[in-house]
Amino acid sequence: MAVIEIKNVAKRFGEYQALHDINLTIADQEFMVLLGASGCGKSTLLRIIAGLETATEGEVWIGGKRIDHLPPKDRGIAMVFQNYAVFPHLTVFENIGFGLRMQKLPNDEVTRRVERTAGLMHIDQLLKRYSGELSGGQRQRVAVARALAMEPDVILMDEPLSNLDALLRMEMRAELKGVLAESNTTAIYVTHDQVEAMSMADRISVMHEGRIVQAASPIDVYRDPAERFVAGFIGNPPMNFLDATPQGAGQFLVAGQSFAGPSANKPLEFAIRPEDMTLSETGLTATAKVVEPLGAHLLVTCEVEGKLFRAVLDSDLRVSMGDTLTLAPMQDRIRWFDPDTQIAVK
Amino acid sequence: MNARYLPYLLILPVTLFLCLFFLYPFILVAQQAFSVDGGWSLKNFEDVIGYWKFPISFQNTMLLAAAVVPVQLALALLMATMVNRMKKGRDLILYVWTIPLGISDLAAGIIWLAIFEQSGFLNSMMQAVGAIDRPTNFLSYQNPGIVFLAIALAEIWRATAIMLVILVAGIGLIPKEYYEAAEVFGASPWKRFTRVTLPLLRPSLQTALVLRVILAFEIFAVVAALGGTLFPVLMGETYAYQFDLLNNGAAAAMALIILAISIAFTLIIMRALRVPKGATI
Amino acid sequence: MNAQTQSSGRFLYTASVILLCAWVIVPLYFLLINTLSSPDTVNSFPKSFVPEFDLGSLQFFAGFAGMLTALKNSILVAGMTMIMSILIGAPAGYALSRFDFPGKGLFRLLILLTRAFPLPLLALPLAVMFIRTGLDDTVFGLALVHTTLAIPFSVLITFSLFSGIPLELEEAAWTLGCTRLTAFTKVVLPLILPGITASAIFAFVISWNEVFAAAVLTIENRTLTAFLLQNLDTSPLHLKFAGGFILVVPALIFIFAVRKYLFAMWGIANR
Repeated sequence: MAVIEIKNVAKRFGEYQALHDINLTIADQEFMVLLGASGCGKSTLLRIIAGLETATEGEVWIGGKRIDHLPPKDRGIAMVFQNYAVFPHLTVFENIGFGLRMQKLPNDEVTRRVERTAGLMHIDQLLKRYSGELSGGQRQRVAVARALAMEPDVILMDEPLSNLDALLRMEMRAELKGVLAESNTTAIYVTHDQVEAMSMADRISVMHEGRIVQAASPIDVYRDPAERFVAGFIGNPPMNFLDATPQGAGQFLVAGQSFAGPSANKPLEFAIRPEDMTLSETGLTATAKVVEPLGAHLLVTCEVEGKLFRAVLDSDLRVSMGDTLTLAPMQDRIRWFDPDTQIAVK
Repeated sequence: MNARYLPYLLILPVTLFLCLFFLYPFILVAQQAFSVDGGWSLKNFEDVIGYWKFPISFQNTMLLAAAVVPVQLALALLMATMVNRMKKGRDLILYVWTIPLGISDLAAGIIWLAIFEQSGFLNSMMQAVGAIDRPTNFLSYQNPGIVFLAIALAEIWRATAIMLVILVAGIGLIPKEYYEAAEVFGASPWKRFTRVTLPLLRPSLQTALVLRVILAFEIFAVVAALGGTLFPVLMGETYAYQFDLLNNGAAAAMALIILAISIAFTLIIMRALRVPKGATI
Repeated sequence: MNAQTQSSGRFLYTASVILLCAWVIVPLYFLLINTLSSPDTVNSFPKSFVPEFDLGSLQFFAGFAGMLTALKNSILVAGMTMIMSILIGAPAGYALSRFDFPGKGLFRLLILLTRAFPLPLLALPLAVMFIRTGLDDTVFGLALVHTTLAIPFSVLITFSLFSGIPLELEEAAWTLGCTRLTAFTKVVLPLILPGITASAIFAFVISWNEVFAAAVLTIENRTLTAFLLQNLDTSPLHLKFAGGFILVVPALIFIFAVRKYLFAMWGIANR
């Protein structure tokens, strides 16, 4: 059982506040992804959990035990690093067995565990090699095998796939997800790649400027962004925003069209995903500026009331630059944000 | 955790060591230089500077530095650029060129003595081609120019390597793309050298020059081996005060004068070659 | 036409490389000739340009009173300098590469200051201090001074070597059950050992070659350089040349041994 509880954790580097009052509970065997742009504090948070960094304030608990004062080796964690950190002076076998040797396990147990995890990561043919003789993908596998061999309660991963090329990354993504699901460990995975986050996570914590903005399942993060930042960050392309003026009785005027919205009687922001619109008789009037046929669909960048507005349309449609389109948003996919607080309004 | 004190613990040995064997003796030198019979005085400096040998040894040291350092800089730059475009044999050539780095100034003096002494190789060569009948004694008071030349050559031979190493390391840090970009924009090889290499090499040039100039003011053993007393230099005079004249105060004053010259030149070089903030590689 | 200028440029390039190699090697070769010739030949004229392979000069050198002791002293002092400068310098190099701590700038300044200082001059007051503490005219006393000379280099070189080992490797070791100390001995040390050896050798050469402090601080227990310097006026040519040769040989071997690290060491020590 390894529930991870992060209580009021804050981190300051001199004047700079890297983390503000982080509270997060990660369930046993959950796959939690920390997602955010570089500099948002996600790696710092992971390193605080690992014990490579000390929090300025707050507590970290793993499996009901407070561990923030313990050195990394006593926390029951294993970690996979961005640059793999495969020891160059040791063979693959000794790399995977490094942690087991530190625990002074008997030789046959070390061999058994190394061979098992190496088999799991498909590197059993490489055990005698040195890291200089391995490709990036193979090093990555060694790094994961080394962490798994520890049979840790918690496995921490800091952008483990970011140094691989696109194809390999996709392959490793699926493989990693499968292996981790079978290992029954709690996992925290840091990435800036939202596709990685969406495809792997049980739950995503979106981070921004040292805060957790939203922690929810991938589909909730995508469908119901808690803040405007999340709406503008998740999705490729992200959500479109337009100003909405209240007309009373839950009606809002957006670019000359009336839409049903929340009961709040104040100016809001109207938001809609580019793929949640269809060409129709009535709707928002848009002028096409750039048309990009992407094969599966058509990405049209338009202007609505002088604002940038993107629509993802069926690839069979014929749209040219300068065309005027009438785009009808799907009513149940429309989201609203308060421009003052940036928070979603229901 | 103890992590906060660890770095201090790690630098403690060096700090203690340097305080005991660098700062403390430095203070002692200063004290000795500025005192006569226990009282504060500038007499040591007056004595030292007023001594007839001071102007000539000062002039010799300066002239030598002025003659040697620019040649070394040019030579080291030439060698470094040559090595940079070398494909095969680079390691061997670099090894040969850096051999003098490990050779002491005394040994270098002796090596060039083998060439310039009366029965040496220069005389032998000149006789072999029929230029002279009898060997001449180059290293005598009748040939001050040749004594100077011999010392300068020995210094250039010995101490160009240290500059070469610093410059080769510095050139290695300059990304190749800059040269490719310059070439695309139409810069000739010479322009690439003056417009790309030299400016980006400024930090290395700074280090190399400071180190070399300081060492040039400390020249001692090469001179002792080749010129003996024919060619007085500041460091040699310091040695003479300490041992032959047994005048510690004067030796200390000389030491401080050499230090002052070194600091002055260090500042001048740092200022002349300073790198604008943010303009580093 | 173009091909012609290119090939003549090529020729000029190769010729200058060979010329510069000759510039370094030929003087060394002359010293070798003199060393491997009998004392009579060394003092005769004109000189032959091939050595006669006579060990007379070297035998004379070995038999000269005090010379072998001086050689032994040189090795002892250089060996002690090597060990002390690494043991004292390497921890500081590690601290500089791994930690940001208040006072780091000041510490670096102190290190750079020692490099910009005519250090042998410190031998003068140290002579007095050593007489008081009984360290005067001892091999150990001189080794202390030479260590002061070598320490800035050993700190800066080990700093650059440690900086070349990614911190991530150490962190990985910590998460795999290592303490700071075991991570250092199991991961950092094996990776850094060749570089440490190179910088130790560098310290050896600094001490081996040092003349001024050695001459000031030793009287009975002269090192080879001090001994040769003291006897420059009086000793015969063949003794000087044989001595010079003995001084050069270890330098040749050492530079060969550390050649791989020479540039890496200076590349970072620059900054």
